[in-house]
Amino acid sequence: MSGLLIAVAPALPLHTAGKYVAGAYIVFLALVLIYVGIMASRLSRTERELIDLRRDVEAQRAARDPDREREPVA
Amino acid sequence: MRTAITVLRKDLLLELRGLETLPAMILFAIVTFVIFHFGLNRDTIDGQLAGGVLTVTLLFAAMLGINRLFVAEREQGGFDAFLLAPVDRSALLVAKATALFLFLVVLEVIAVPAFGLLLLGPSLGHALPGLVAVLALGDVALAVIGTLVSAIAVQTRARDLIGPIIGLPLLLPALIGMARGAGPLLVAHGSSAPPGKWVAILALYDVVFALLSYAVFDFLLED
Amino acid sequence: MTTYGRGLRGLSLAAAATITAALALTFFYAPLDANQGFIQKIFYIHVPLAITALCGFVFGGVLGAMYLRTGERKWDIRSYVAIHMALIFGVGTLLTGTIWAKASWGHWWVWSDPTLTSFLIVMLLFATYQPLRFSIEDPERQSRYASVFAVVAGAFVPLNFIAVRAAQAYVHPRVLTLTGGNLPGSMRLTFLVALVGVALLYVTLWKYEMAAKSARMQVRALRRALLGEDSVAPLKRSAAPS
Repeated sequence: MSGLLIAVAPALPLHTAGKYVAGAYIVFLALVLIYVGIMASRLSRTERELIDLRRDVEAQRAARDPDREREPVA
Repeated sequence: MRTAITVLRKDLLLELRGLETLPAMILFAIVTFVIFHFGLNRDTIDGQLAGGVLTVTLLFAAMLGINRLFVAEREQGGFDAFLLAPVDRSALLVAKATALFLFLVVLEVIAVPAFGLLLLGPSLGHALPGLVAVLALGDVALAVIGTLVSAIAVQTRARDLIGPIIGLPLLLPALIGMARGAGPLLVAHGSSAPPGKWVAILALYDVVFALLSYAVFDFLLED
Repeated sequence: MTTYGRGLRGLSLAAAATITAALALTFFYAPLDANQGFIQKIFYIHVPLAITALCGFVFGGVLGAMYLRTGERKWDIRSYVAIHMALIFGVGTLLTGTIWAKASWGHWWVWSDPTLTSFLIVMLLFATYQPLRFSIEDPERQSRYASVFAVVAGAFVPLNFIAVRAAQAYVHPRVLTLTGGNLPGSMRLTFLVALVGVALLYVTLWKYEMAAKSARMQVRALRRALLGEDSVAPLKRSAAPS
């Protein structure tokens, strides 16, 4: 029954088919780009955490030994 | 093996004395048949529709039993006691799954004739042997997956929710098998033997998931 | 200590190159299908996404089994990421599949299509993975239960396809059979390149995610080591293992 349906009902003609194909590939591209965007925000958060870490470590070292000259945390 | 039998006896005795879960399951099934009568607006159903209605009703009644399977263990420290005892942990799986299977059998002994009385058009007589086979295989699937899912769910916060949402997709192949296996039987002058294809799928499902559950159950019990 | 970033650049370049090649082949080389016409081009993105998603779920199950065997945290994180990625690829499969269904048969969803139905069931199952994790507070138990789930669900994938396929008439174009398929050579080449490209994309994104998680964990561990236990804010409750 469904097999007959496929034979009888043709797929869309070329000029409207293009939109669907484009839509499918755009969905794929959008998913990849959304993921890249999410990873970008994660990366900047990790960067911020590292900056905070560095600042806190330096603060701790300064607090512990205010007199001694030290190399800053590189 | 002896452990499994002991735990099984305990559960059966508890149910016999308390009689909570099983009557609820049976009542639920019968009420569901009534709902179907009104929902479908039909006096009788047969064929695949009957197969589907019967399967769905048994499934949801089973869910009631599944939700309650490990609650006593969780609340009264049965898990800890079991872990301390020098026994094979998978015995708990075997015991609980067997208990659930027996509950389902009792449920069906009452619900299937009720179904024949309330909703089914053709008589059950010729369909019974094939139906028993299909339902038995389906019950094994429900029992195994139900026990597994219940053991997972009982340790989570959203206990009553997690069980069904994990269990239902997992059970789908078995449910398809039950419904499609029963459908051709529930027809007037239908065959007595269920379609071999579905019996095979049910059997395959049962074997695979019984083995798999047996293999992973230990990990669920660790503390 | 595994570093996931190593080789990531080469891998992502390979994935990008392969996918670009696949797109070029799809639109400039592969012939027009006799029955479906231009619509059939969706096949080259839809099927690789589907196969990769399903393999990803099974992969997640294998990684979960490794956690159960060894008890090492890293396997659980790998399993989580594998399933997470496979879910995303699965969403892509369902979306491209419905677009294809609409274009070919006029409906956004067709029940008579066994492959799409099986896929929906698998996705429904794995959609419960994160709620499950989220509802278990103890981290070790969470990892253990998630791994059990991953193993059982991974085994479920092939069984589900067998059952649904047996249940329904074949509406979905059966281009991939056990005998290697009835695709003409040029289509088969395009398909294989697309498959390899999407698979590489999956591995790349998996590694990428693992690298990000690993980096974050290292930062927290470093903070804990340098500044003491209290300076690290506990992670807000989340489904992901940390």
